[in-house]
Amino acid sequence: MSVTEQQYAPGEHPDLPPPLGEAGLIAWFKKRLFSSVGNTILTLVAVFFLYHVLSAIIFWTLTGATFTGETKADCDLGGACWLVIGDRFHQFMYGLYPTDQYWRPNLTFILMVVAIVPVLFDNIPHRGKFLLFSAIFPFIAFYLLSGGWGLETVDTDEWGGLLLTLVLGVTGIVASLPIGIVLALGRRSNMPIVRTLCVCFIEFIRGVPLITILFMASNMLPLFLPEGVNFDKLLRALIGVALFSSAYMAEVIRGGLQAIPKGQYEGADAMGLSYWQSMRLIILPQALRIVIPGIVNTFIGLYKDTTLVSIIGLFDLIGIGLVAVADVKWRGLAPETYAFIALLFFISCFAMSRYSLWLENKLHTGHKR
Amino acid sequence: MSAETAQNARGSGGASLFSDQRFRSLFFQALVIGLLGAFLVFIVYNTAHNIEKRGIQTGFAFLDAAAGYDIAISPFMEYTATHTHGRVFLVGLFNTLLVSFLGIIAATFLGVFLGVLRLSPNWLVSRIVYCYVEFTRNVPLLLQILLWYAIFLALPSVKQSITMFNDIIILNKRGLVLPEPLPGDGFMLVPIALVVAIVASIFFARWAKKTQAATGKIYPVFMTNTAMIIGLPLLAFAVTGFPLDFAYAELKGFNFKGGVVIKPEFTALWFALSLYTAAFISETVRAGIQSVSHGQTEASEALGLRPSWTMRLIILPQALRVIIPPMTSQYLNLTKNSSLAVAIGYPDIVQSFGGVTLNQTGQAIEVIFITMLVYLTISLLISAFMNWYNNRVSLVER
Repeated sequence: MSVTEQQYAPGEHPDLPPPLGEAGLIAWFKKRLFSSVGNTILTLVAVFFLYHVLSAIIFWTLTGATFTGETKADCDLGGACWLVIGDRFHQFMYGLYPTDQYWRPNLTFILMVVAIVPVLFDNIPHRGKFLLFSAIFPFIAFYLLSGGWGLETVDTDEWGGLLLTLVLGVTGIVASLPIGIVLALGRRSNMPIVRTLCVCFIEFIRGVPLITILFMASNMLPLFLPEGVNFDKLLRALIGVALFSSAYMAEVIRGGLQAIPKGQYEGADAMGLSYWQSMRLIILPQALRIVIPGIVNTFIGLYKDTTLVSIIGLFDLIGIGLVAVADVKWRGLAPETYAFIALLFFISCFAMSRYSLWLENKLHTGHKR
Repeated sequence: MSAETAQNARGSGGASLFSDQRFRSLFFQALVIGLLGAFLVFIVYNTAHNIEKRGIQTGFAFLDAAAGYDIAISPFMEYTATHTHGRVFLVGLFNTLLVSFLGIIAATFLGVFLGVLRLSPNWLVSRIVYCYVEFTRNVPLLLQILLWYAIFLALPSVKQSITMFNDIIILNKRGLVLPEPLPGDGFMLVPIALVVAIVASIFFARWAKKTQAATGKIYPVFMTNTAMIIGLPLLAFAVTGFPLDFAYAELKGFNFKGGVVIKPEFTALWFALSLYTAAFISETVRAGIQSVSHGQTEASEALGLRPSWTMRLIILPQALRVIIPPMTSQYLNLTKNSSLAVAIGYPDIVQSFGGVTLNQTGQAIEVIFITMLVYLTISLLISAFMNWYNNRVSLVER
């Protein structure tokens, strides 16, 4: 023992800083990247891979890309040719919506944000009033977008691009929630006929691909309707999308209903509440709260699936993209077009999945380790 | 007055018949059936009227009529434009099954691999997989299929084909050209040997398991079976004197003749389906492995099991219970998503039968009914198989 070392009473020694190799950046590197020979090799391979992929992506999207110019001939740097996006940007956003009426989709979009925020976050002031607005928003949106009563009428054939994608997604979710709740309750009903019908409907829809349902909506629905009644293309697609998503929604909500302890059902019965009262006041508020993350995830799936309407001839983002790709002026620019659309979808879907995760963490209070 | 008589008193009154739960239930069910029946009658009446007015034929006679259009991809059966719509149905069905089957295999391997990498202690590797998964999951599959198709169509033209291994493998915008295997006499012995080896290894595995349970002696099952499954067919191949020839493709005129051509439509669809589903499977696998508590690993290490045994005997059996149900729905999704083939013209059942045949015959009801029935059957079969497997691996609880 060295002579100069100060003596401390047991337990009095001040805390020493951790050894250099155990904390801080170096330790992190050592532990997470170079802990063993195998790990080091893995890291080096990953760095090599990352370097090549990233440099290729950066070259293609930024340094080698063309942002200004008029025609495809201006794109001679070897990277992406973003001119096609700029040239058709309005179409990607609004489809064939009349140019002088762009303020209407814009206003609808702003109102949509105002309507959605109180639904998503429960800590904003005056939430009740905002929720009332959210409830009437679909009607306002329909009036603003389609016109009539003082506004110029815009045919649904002219809706397109991101506008149409959002219309499909929002309508799908708004329509599928009530249908989904009814189906889920029906599936857990005591009445055998109601239960069987709901099970058959849900399992049938979940067993077939969306595209066959869309084919059915676009080819068979006109046959089902009385003579003279005709639904336009968008409405037919919306019916297909709503039916499809309601079956998935029903399963999500059923999960929530099953998660409610039996005591809650019995308690509601003991209070003398009728079936609908107990559902409305006791069960559904709790069940729906549990499954909000599931609903958001279903919505992400639905939002991505709306792209299938481009196959039955609607001009959503992909439909507009296919038109742009087929344009002789911009021949061969499919990767640019698809990359742009992919970016739009990625931003919205990633944001939604983050929200769902955040919500899950918020709802899991105290149950998680 | 007892509770029973009180209830009787209430139930017997005609005015309060509606407060009897059984009666109410019957009434509502009758109402539902009545409404549904009325709705169906309404639809059937309209449909019959519309069909008559538009002069659409009904019945399944169209299945025997000549289709009159070509299908580019028909690997399992001969097909020309003179064949019937019934044949189109079969070709489409096999194409759907082909791409789904290969997609499920590729997605499973890739997904498990990515899921394990995602759990790697190496931060960089785990992050790269995370980025891949998030990007793939948040972009619509249809877009990914179109993108892969665009990439394959951007390959060089036939004249400037990319060739590998001395012109054996040729890649151009019309597809990947591989040499066509021409089995000679006695080649049938090889697949027979393979089947024999698989059956034998199943029996060996069972016997080894039973012996281990009875005596504790452990046999190298995995190595033996691998050697058997690879070795036996090779042996058969060698014994029969390598009876396999290859027909190589040659450039004749504007295209390659001979060889097996794998069309870009198939490759694009297969790539997109596998990569998309693999991202979902990797998350499933990760969640499954993470669901096994760390105490299990520590306990098995304390028992002195090797790391590989810990994984195989402790972690995986418990993780599989969590993994298999969502995995089933991923397989079902992949099969259903294969219907997006219609976007790039891969002749699966929706594109060929549900698309072109529907447009040619106009018999929407019959065609869509058959198409949906096919998917429902496939869904039920996959569910049944996975349920059976799930029951096998699920732990028996007391």
